[in-house]
Amino acid sequence: MILIGERINGSFKDVGAAIKERNKEPIQDWAKKQTEAGADYLDVNLGAVSKNPADFAWLIQTVCEAVPTPLSIDSLKLDLVRAGLEAYREFGGRRPVIINSTTAEESKLMPLVELAVQYNSGLIGVVMDERGSPQDIDRRVELGAKIFAIASEAGLPPERVYLDPIVMPVKFMQEQGKNVLEAIRQFAMISDPPPHISIGLSNICSKAQERSLITRTFLVMAMAAGCDAAICNVMDTELVNAVATAELILNKEIYSDSYLKAYRKRG
Amino acid sequence: MPVAIPDVKKTWTNAINVVTLGATREEGGTRTSKVTVGGATSLSFHHFEGTMPHPPAIAMEVWDIAPTDWPQILTEPFADVLNDPGLWAKKCVEQYGAELICLRLMGCDPIRGNRGPQEAVQAVKRVLASVGVPLIIWGTGNDEKDNEIFPAVAEAAAGENCLLGTITEDNYKTLVAVCTAYKHKLIAESPCDVNIAKQVNILATDMGFKPEDIVIYPTSAALGYGLEYVYSIMERARLAALRGDKMLSQPMICDIGIETWGVKEAKASEQELPEWGEQKERAPLWEATTAYIYLLTGADLLVLRHPRAVASVRQAIQQLMGAGGG
Repeated sequence: MILIGERINGSFKDVGAAIKERNKEPIQDWAKKQTEAGADYLDVNLGAVSKNPADFAWLIQTVCEAVPTPLSIDSLKLDLVRAGLEAYREFGGRRPVIINSTTAEESKLMPLVELAVQYNSGLIGVVMDERGSPQDIDRRVELGAKIFAIASEAGLPPERVYLDPIVMPVKFMQEQGKNVLEAIRQFAMISDPPPHISIGLSNICSKAQERSLITRTFLVMAMAAGCDAAICNVMDTELVNAVATAELILNKEIYSDSYLKAYRKRG
Repeated sequence: MPVAIPDVKKTWTNAINVVTLGATREEGGTRTSKVTVGGATSLSFHHFEGTMPHPPAIAMEVWDIAPTDWPQILTEPFADVLNDPGLWAKKCVEQYGAELICLRLMGCDPIRGNRGPQEAVQAVKRVLASVGVPLIIWGTGNDEKDNEIFPAVAEAAAGENCLLGTITEDNYKTLVAVCTAYKHKLIAESPCDVNIAKQVNILATDMGFKPEDIVIYPTSAALGYGLEYVYSIMERARLAALRGDKMLSQPMICDIGIETWGVKEAKASEQELPEWGEQKERAPLWEATTAYIYLLTGADLLVLRHPRAVASVRQAIQQLMGAGGG
């Protein structure tokens, strides 16, 4: 399971303030804590704090200095993604990288696929387009297949494509949970080997009371359906424990009595 | 019309850890040679899939007391040196080409000599002074005794970068601590159980020991005595390692001699079992065949006893490495 730590995001107050003040400490602290907690990648996102490529480069440099963990370059703006990849190449060296994210809208998809190919990056493709987010299974799978086909044609191999079926809040859109799970099952059949299937997990519990329980229950169900990557709160110990346990049950990791420790030492 | 044969080559994401044993004078030891094992990026000898930068290595077994229960076929090559571990080790290296010496401290075993730490240290020093190859130092398997002798043994061999063992799930703290203090490598033993193999490594690394300084001993079984089971355990560990399991990515050691020379196919003379043929042919062949099989499932270090088995296994390794490896 590829866990992408979500915490280095300008939308969080402490991180936003740190970006504004160019204060490295809180950001590097989150980089270290998330890495120790079991993150395979760290998502980096300026949030609404800045649109300045120089700020993004600073943020990426700050994280790269603190930990050797690979990054997920998170922005909807093409120029920021490009600046981020350029900075990452300078400060992160040859570490793996993921671009987070594109939609299936061709005006976005084509240039981001090109960037992914050019920078040897993974690419998360969210299955929505100019018509918005799909409400059913078929539309999700159709857009997933479209993203996959365009990426493959451009030379992006399946192991660098991440399809995101769009997780929706269980509190407000209860019928979507099982649609997402079925879409995951069908994504897994798009090719052999299949693309990665990545979810933005924290959406599932938006505004709900039992956030942690809802999140880990859904993640385990998604893993059973074939999901193998999640952008999530890796600081939630019970969530990472549930992932480690699901990996055992799916026979992806070898059992040991201290498997929870082993899972965190896997990197 | 020719039928295209599908390409079934696997690609793996992880390599087996590289472990180097022995330290030269410049490195703080007194060894004149070192041995490096591990580093494979595919299953053993699958040269078409990955690389195997270091061939498996052969250690010959030496005891700190003269064995009383070895068949004559086995004591014969060492008859003149069995009472002196230094000369015994020297003969193994100079005459039979051992790349390492595995000194087994059997004399300390409570049911054999019940020797203390100082006698164990003497034997270790004697072997270190007699040969220049790296040392494996294998305890008695009696937890209490091993915990008594290893602190002194590890200190006496400080700087030599030896491989000490074994730790188990129930007895690891003393040996991990002394190997950390005196910079030796560790053998982590598990009873034919991949889950426990992983567990012992987690326990040792939890104490701050580096996973790169561990060698897995999955226990060995002789041909005809459960070898298939051990084979499958080792194969499972190796597949998990190549897929990225850092707690199973260690090289593996197989203790072949002690297992083989305990079974009747090696021990029984032709007088006892005439239909099985000459013991002097049969017994070393049994030892070598057991070793060949473990080589195929990922053994990186082999502990052998009979010089003829050693010669034959060495040749097999050369042939297997020759097919594109090396």
